[in-house]
Amino acid sequence: MTQTEVADGVEPGGQPGVRRRDFIEIAAVSAAGVGALAVLVPLISQMAPSADVLAEASTEVDISAIAVGQAIKAVFRKQPVFVRHLTPAEIAEADKVPLESLRDPQTLEQRTKPGKTQWLITMGVCTHLGCVPLGTGQGEPKGEFGGYFCPCHGSQYDTAARIRKGPAPKNLQVPDYVFSSPTVVKIG
Amino acid sequence: MSFPWAKHYQPTHPAMVWLDERLPLPRFVYNSVGAGFPVPRNLNYMWNFGVLAGFCLMVQIVTGVILAMHYAANTDVAFSSTEHIMRDVNWGWMLRYGHANGASAFFVVVYAHIFRGLYFGSYKAPREMIWLLGVVIFLLMMATAFMGYVLPWGQMSFWGAQVITGLFSAIPLLGDALHTWLLGGFAPDNAALNRFFSLHFLLPFVILGVVILHIWALHIPGSSNPTGVEVKSESDTVPFHPYYTAKDGFGLAVFLFFYCGLLFFFPNALGHPDNYITANPLQTPAHIVPEWYFWPFYAILRAFTSDLAIPFTHIVLVPAKLLGVLAMFSSILVWFALPWLDTSPVRSGHYRPTFRKAYWALVVDVVILGYCGGSPAEEPFVMISQLAAAYYFLHFFIILPLISLVETPQPLPFSITESVLGRDEHATLAPAE
Repeated sequence: MTQTEVADGVEPGGQPGVRRRDFIEIAAVSAAGVGALAVLVPLISQMAPSADVLAEASTEVDISAIAVGQAIKAVFRKQPVFVRHLTPAEIAEADKVPLESLRDPQTLEQRTKPGKTQWLITMGVCTHLGCVPLGTGQGEPKGEFGGYFCPCHGSQYDTAARIRKGPAPKNLQVPDYVFSSPTVVKIG
Repeated sequence: MSFPWAKHYQPTHPAMVWLDERLPLPRFVYNSVGAGFPVPRNLNYMWNFGVLAGFCLMVQIVTGVILAMHYAANTDVAFSSTEHIMRDVNWGWMLRYGHANGASAFFVVVYAHIFRGLYFGSYKAPREMIWLLGVVIFLLMMATAFMGYVLPWGQMSFWGAQVITGLFSAIPLLGDALHTWLLGGFAPDNAALNRFFSLHFLLPFVILGVVILHIWALHIPGSSNPTGVEVKSESDTVPFHPYYTAKDGFGLAVFLFFYCGLLFFFPNALGHPDNYITANPLQTPAHIVPEWYFWPFYAILRAFTSDLAIPFTHIVLVPAKLLGVLAMFSSILVWFALPWLDTSPVRSGHYRPTFRKAYWALVVDVVILGYCGGSPAEEPFVMISQLAAAYYFLHFFIILPLISLVETPQPLPFSITESVLGRDEHATLAPAE
């Protein structure tokens, strides 16, 4: 008993008052703390998308049947993708909008592939809270700017699917895609 | 803690004596909700809602655990397993309608409980902790109710999940990653449905735990009362049992009358027909609204339609989407600050004429917000909800602190006994009299 207290009280060569026990306590709590934090990694990371969700195959869309002025909804990552065949009038309308008047300034050229300006391919997910905007189907409202209209909270997109009015902060997102042939688009 | 005149538990039966020495559970019940708990004698019917809320929680847990025995949390079968409960499971229709309408009933009761607290100043010292725990319970209830609504995997379930989890994507920088992490994907799908089911099962028991803390904190100063004057002597109190067990029992019967009326005669009155359509990720319903109990907060979310920008420039300080989300969360988080925003020493609205007017104005304001939140996102509802949302925050941050400073309260009764009987022997004995 007495021996332990002496040993703990003053280390040979150590400062008086600093006990060997202090070091052991700090080391033990630190090791346990690091261990506990390390355990959090799998506990948190398991919530992130699993391998099969991430591996969702890319989608191929045949666009040969889409006439000028029409649009279709395809599915990519279980979310809708709008593929729209713009009319010359719609392209002209998108081009004449001054960039500085836009909330998320982008030209139609930046949002389409070179030489394929008539093919507007965007996610069909409103950048506000994720509803599917209207405007692809025949007779659906296209909003004040002739593009897409989100009925949930009233966001309006123009003919380049750029946000023009309403609460959405960004233009409809353009997914990664390539024209694998003149009539087939590979999304993802 | 209890008052010194509280009755003491004295078991007479040898078995109860034996139990009391080993696990004094009957003693605990006796002192918490029995004859050993003295309660102000003047509690009115607004004080029934705490017990009713506890009852609702138990209804939800019992019906919910049973529903979980028949439900399957998989996007392929979730909708049909819900219909299986409705059509094939014995009494399944009653259990599910009871659970769905039980959620509405729970919120009715809890809103009454909250607004009781707001009127009678139940959040003031020494009861701040009870109030704070109550706000935590309310937030947990909102999360639980939201996730429960997703489980049937109908159109409203899916799009509710899409919109509400979309709120998190408004957070700068981290938002999109957080959104994907919460859902376990890029849109609500099997991963999201499964975790919502798991959490929807867990959270009610977390709520139960916080409710126990809430009641524990209540037992330290004891119940507030309509005068807001603290208990001074034994004549101010009656034992909880039989006085308030009887009064709460009567209140429970009245509550059950309305609850059963809703459950058996109007089971779908508060639901949405769209939720009887299987979830379709490619088709948003024309008019998505949350359940009625979220409408006031939903109206605040939608009230923000333009960015906060530096005037005459295009420099956006806070985008509209983030503003709406921040405002919606703040509208509840402000309750955490309430005990320190209302600095008047008088608790009860009975004795605060100016506060009383502001209180009723707030009630009207919240009803207007609720109405707008349930309406389509178009004029005039957008403008009305903007004004009502502005008033909501004005009430808590400006009006309430200001009233506390300038208001002259009406004279308080000497004691609870005096307020009930018109006289109090202790009052007449006081030298000042």
